[in-house]
Amino acid sequence: MTDERVRAAIIGSGNIGTDLLYKARRSTRIEPVWLVGIDAASDGLRRAAELGVKTTADGVDGILAHLEADGVRIAFDATSAHAHHENAKKLQARGVVMIDLTPAAIGPYCVPPVNLAEQLGTRERNVNMVSCGGQATIPMVAAVSRVQPVEYAEIVCTVASKSIGPGTRQNIDEFTRTTARAIERVGGARRGKAIIVINPAEPPIIMRDTIHCLVSEEPDRDAVIASVRDMVKSVQEYVPGYQLKNGPLFDGRRVTVFLEVAGRGDYLPRYAGNLDIMTSAALRTAEMFAEAMVRR
Amino acid sequence: MNLRGKAVTLHDMSLRDGMHPKRHQISVAQMISVAEGLDAAGVPLIEVTHGDGLGGASINYGFPAHSDEEYLRAVVPRMKRARVSALLLPGIGTADDLRLAVDCGVGTMRVATHCTEADVAQQHIALARKLGVDTVGFLMMAHMVEAAELVVQARLLESYGSHCVYITDSAGYMLPDDVSARIARLRAELRPETEVGFHGHHNLGMGIANSLAAVEAGASRIDGSAAGLGAGAGNTPLEVLAAVLDRMGALHGVDLYKLMDTAEERVVPMMDRPVRIDRDALILGYAGVYSSFLLFAQRAGERYGVSPRDLLVELGRRRTVGGQEDMIEDLALEMARAQEREPRGKAP
Repeated sequence: MTDERVRAAIIGSGNIGTDLLYKARRSTRIEPVWLVGIDAASDGLRRAAELGVKTTADGVDGILAHLEADGVRIAFDATSAHAHHENAKKLQARGVVMIDLTPAAIGPYCVPPVNLAEQLGTRERNVNMVSCGGQATIPMVAAVSRVQPVEYAEIVCTVASKSIGPGTRQNIDEFTRTTARAIERVGGARRGKAIIVINPAEPPIIMRDTIHCLVSEEPDRDAVIASVRDMVKSVQEYVPGYQLKNGPLFDGRRVTVFLEVAGRGDYLPRYAGNLDIMTSAALRTAEMFAEAMVRR
Repeated sequence: MNLRGKAVTLHDMSLRDGMHPKRHQISVAQMISVAEGLDAAGVPLIEVTHGDGLGGASINYGFPAHSDEEYLRAVVPRMKRARVSALLLPGIGTADDLRLAVDCGVGTMRVATHCTEADVAQQHIALARKLGVDTVGFLMMAHMVEAAELVVQARLLESYGSHCVYITDSAGYMLPDDVSARIARLRAELRPETEVGFHGHHNLGMGIANSLAAVEAGASRIDGSAAGLGAGAGNTPLEVLAAVLDRMGALHGVDLYKLMDTAEERVVPMMDRPVRIDRDALILGYAGVYSSFLLFAQRAGERYGVSPRDLLVELGRRRTVGGQEDMIEDLALEMARAQEREPRGKAP
């Protein structure tokens, strides 16, 4: 059997990039060949080298000369919004498809069980993965909005202090703004709001998400329950630790769902479901793009 | 205790923290009436916002009767002497809300984080400074960590540009010695020009005693609330604090009688129920739980047939922090299920 895996580079050697590397190594469709950092002493680069993955600490410029020889066709960007603009320019010019895990959002938002198929259809060259909270909650908003119109959706994402890196902390508004916009554009709510709460308890808490939807008419309970349960299963296909904890709960026109998201414990321990859901969604997206590339 | 000659800036919370017991339904007319009363009494700082700060309007925390902008635009221009402040919790409100509040004339911006997470406030504190307003960093649930850790966090807030750093007893859990230890360490370790403040809740009846301890240890700004209107058993009753400070010879510059009259004639009549240390408010202080959880726990308790007290104790045991109101209904559902499996009577 020939190896049909599509070769990929991961840009960014922090928590997200390193976790993604572990996950991508298990993929049957993606072969991670490069991990790109800017700090030669970073833990991520050290681990990648141990795993036999090529590394550079020269940023994206360190791989440009190797893209063709190494057959890199997909790049995950787990750096920052600022860096992504540069990275995307350089890599897309060389025909590499970008999976953007930063808040830059040059391309359309992608939440795999909701709109990945659509983006494969239009052959997007750059898709954005929204935010960890967005990946966890937008499938639930979409599960309600595909049954009946959602006037307003609000999500509350509570994460362990240890699972939130300095990039997110210094720009927490990016999380609330980006997630709120994607609740509207991808989730299908007329208006969206996102709230993030950081909890430092020890042992660290597992990522929790609450999704409130205000529907325009009396909720169609049976249809909403069935739709939510189906959507939970769709997410579980790539995030096994995605659990419906309570709900859907009905209170007048309010529909509320309570979730817990445990990770697989690849780079950070299991409590960091916020890390996992982001990297798993990105990998899922890349795998679908890879499948389409191989077929074409 | 000798507080003679110490200067204390009093900061009223009735129109922000007081939004919690009012379920954020204070009318614009009531806001104006109370703020004018406080202003006439010479209260130098008055906070006006949703109970959970700018941008708090939500299913999770409650939709207010009016937007932050409507309240601020109604109150700010009517103030003759008082400066109006606004609260912002990064993760709930954003820099856009902050800009709007400053545009409405807010002169003091208070940026609040959980006591171990000060670094999420860097952007907002820097922006407030850039916009030229008095800037406060506000460390919530400060009973949960020791003084040494608070110093680390307070220094971050100071380095981002805060003029003043607060120790906030959001759960009303602290006893005077807890307050003294924390305030004294901050006072000793921060730059002399950085002010230190204290925000108390009255859940264990310690509002006044804790505030006095804070002043003695070096705090120069103290939060309180006319008639105590605030989350849980309320904030430190401001008129009582002013009276006690008078007796002790501390200097606060507020007209006690006018403040008493505002509390009695304008704040008390708008209370939906007496703000007092009922058993659930008491348990907030006893178990160390965020004071604004009170009404949520009572409503969830009633709806799902579980005891609000058990709910609050469990929320404390799980070390929930401010903002986790969504956890209350989730937990009530979980406890109701457990109760069905194992009827009450047995110890959990």
